[in-house]
Amino acid sequence: MAEKIWIVLEQRDGKIHKMSWEAIQAGQALAAAIGGTAEAVLLGSDLQEVASQVAQTALASVHVADDESLAVYTPGRFVTTLEKAIAVGQPAYVLFPHTYQTVDYLARLAQSLDAALVPEAVSFESTDGSVTWQRPVLGGKLFAKVRAKGSGPVLVSLQSGSFSADEVEKGSASIETLSLDFSAMAPGREILGIEEAAAGDVDLSQAPVIVSVGRGIGDAENMPIMQQLADALGAELGASRPVIDNGWLPRDRQIGSSGQTVTPKLYFAVGISGAIQHLVGMKGSQVIVAVNKDAGAPIFNVAHYGIVGDLHEVVPAVTAALKEATGD
Amino acid sequence: MRIAVCIKQVPDTEARLRLSGDGTWIDEEDLSFVINESDGYALEEALQIAERTGGEVVVFSLGPERVREALRKALALGAVRAVHLKDPAYLGGDSLSTGRALAAALTPEEFDLVLTGSQSDDVGFSSTGSVIAGELGWPHAWLVMGVELDEATKKVKVTREMEAGMNEISNLDLPAVLEIQAGLNKPRYASLKGIMQAKKKEISEPSPGDLGLSPETLGEAGAKVEVLSVAFPEAGKGAQMIEGDADTAAKTLVDKLQKEARIL
Repeated sequence: MAEKIWIVLEQRDGKIHKMSWEAIQAGQALAAAIGGTAEAVLLGSDLQEVASQVAQTALASVHVADDESLAVYTPGRFVTTLEKAIAVGQPAYVLFPHTYQTVDYLARLAQSLDAALVPEAVSFESTDGSVTWQRPVLGGKLFAKVRAKGSGPVLVSLQSGSFSADEVEKGSASIETLSLDFSAMAPGREILGIEEAAAGDVDLSQAPVIVSVGRGIGDAENMPIMQQLADALGAELGASRPVIDNGWLPRDRQIGSSGQTVTPKLYFAVGISGAIQHLVGMKGSQVIVAVNKDAGAPIFNVAHYGIVGDLHEVVPAVTAALKEATGD
Repeated sequence: MRIAVCIKQVPDTEARLRLSGDGTWIDEEDLSFVINESDGYALEEALQIAERTGGEVVVFSLGPERVREALRKALALGAVRAVHLKDPAYLGGDSLSTGRALAAALTPEEFDLVLTGSQSDDVGFSSTGSVIAGELGWPHAWLVMGVELDEATKKVKVTREMEAGMNEISNLDLPAVLEIQAGLNKPRYASLKGIMQAKKKEISEPSPGDLGLSPETLGEAGAKVEVLSVAFPEAGKGAQMIEGDADTAAKTLVDKLQKEARIL
């Protein structure tokens, strides 16, 4: 029997999360590789429009759990709903977009199903029906190849940008209602609201040039030479998370999955190792320059130009070279 | 308030890494190890809550002998006692079998709160805390950036980080498991007095039998995921590396940005 692949999509207020489309493409590719069938799963309230949008893709079906109690995400309700649905549908693989919402409840689902959990997969390989997944470890310095063992469904979350939303195969899927008893589902955690985190008002998404600094700058004392480089380039300053956590720059300058997503003409990364949470926020930049003392830093895999060296020497030298080149 | 903190000892990520002989992990021989970054923030948060509420912090960790050093550090920072799951049966697991063991170790004591970091800097499954919560049947929240306790109503209000600069605010009934995001507070340094006191504090080492666990549910045997190999990312698709001393490299870079990339 063909193995069933479920793709649990994320949507909020009737809008499908972009990474959900990437997950659909991953599910279609996995189905093709193992000779399985791909089916989507939607959880929420008033899902008719979203479901019909998803149904225009090459999937066997779209399962819809549509109930008022699922209108706002809570881990308790989502875990219980999926647990019941998986018990009935018996999928071999359940794919999720690796969003912060998914991570919040996915391990809890794996625990309650005693299912294999593969978070943050970036690719898969299939040989003779055995599927291995690739995922980053040690801040993206290395990639591990992992495989599920034992029985039960395999739960996989897919890292942003690893599969292509543009390559989703069009088609027509049937929409099916998941009839579950929603009344018995305890919320576990009461959601009071969702609010804007950053009090600041720096919009880095419009900046044509960004000088972005990471933990590697070592100390706030090194900020002035970064500012001088930014001035020479006419750039805004951005930062990866550790710099913000250390209070070297305000939070509204954070770039990455929990900060801003930017696509400037030039992204100049200094002392940023390139953890995947940072890369998802900047890898669409037109030209990326990286300066880092560690030749093995993963930032060099997405950068176009790289310099391995001591930033105390390299950064002032670049500032000087820029001034010379532009005649300042 | 009685608080448990689960910490992990991880390789210092600044270190230069080499693959192990069998290719399934890195060679740990010459590496230095540190307390996982977000776990350090979890410990600090627990210590602050204990100080405010007149409670105490007990620290838990699963891992080989070297982990004792991380536990000593946590004791020096202010934890009153430590529990080290070091039996070989505990080791080599995934977050399911690791979380199961930690939950069993937590169960005999009555905690109001369990704190962990949100993600380990080595394997990064972001899930052990959630598994512990599932095993205990407690509510949990992942990626917590704010904690407000209400002892009277036995509730904790948490701020969770979401994507794109948004936060989720939610209320959990105690006892609960909170998975702390780095940056929540300012972790303290150990004082000399703390370091001296830590030497006298107890580190217990319960065996699976002590916790009523059968070894086949633990560690590598109880894991549902196995690592086949690790590798450095493929070379070749990376950056054009610019060589030379700082001045030469800087001039070459600026020249390339002008003439090749045409963006200056």
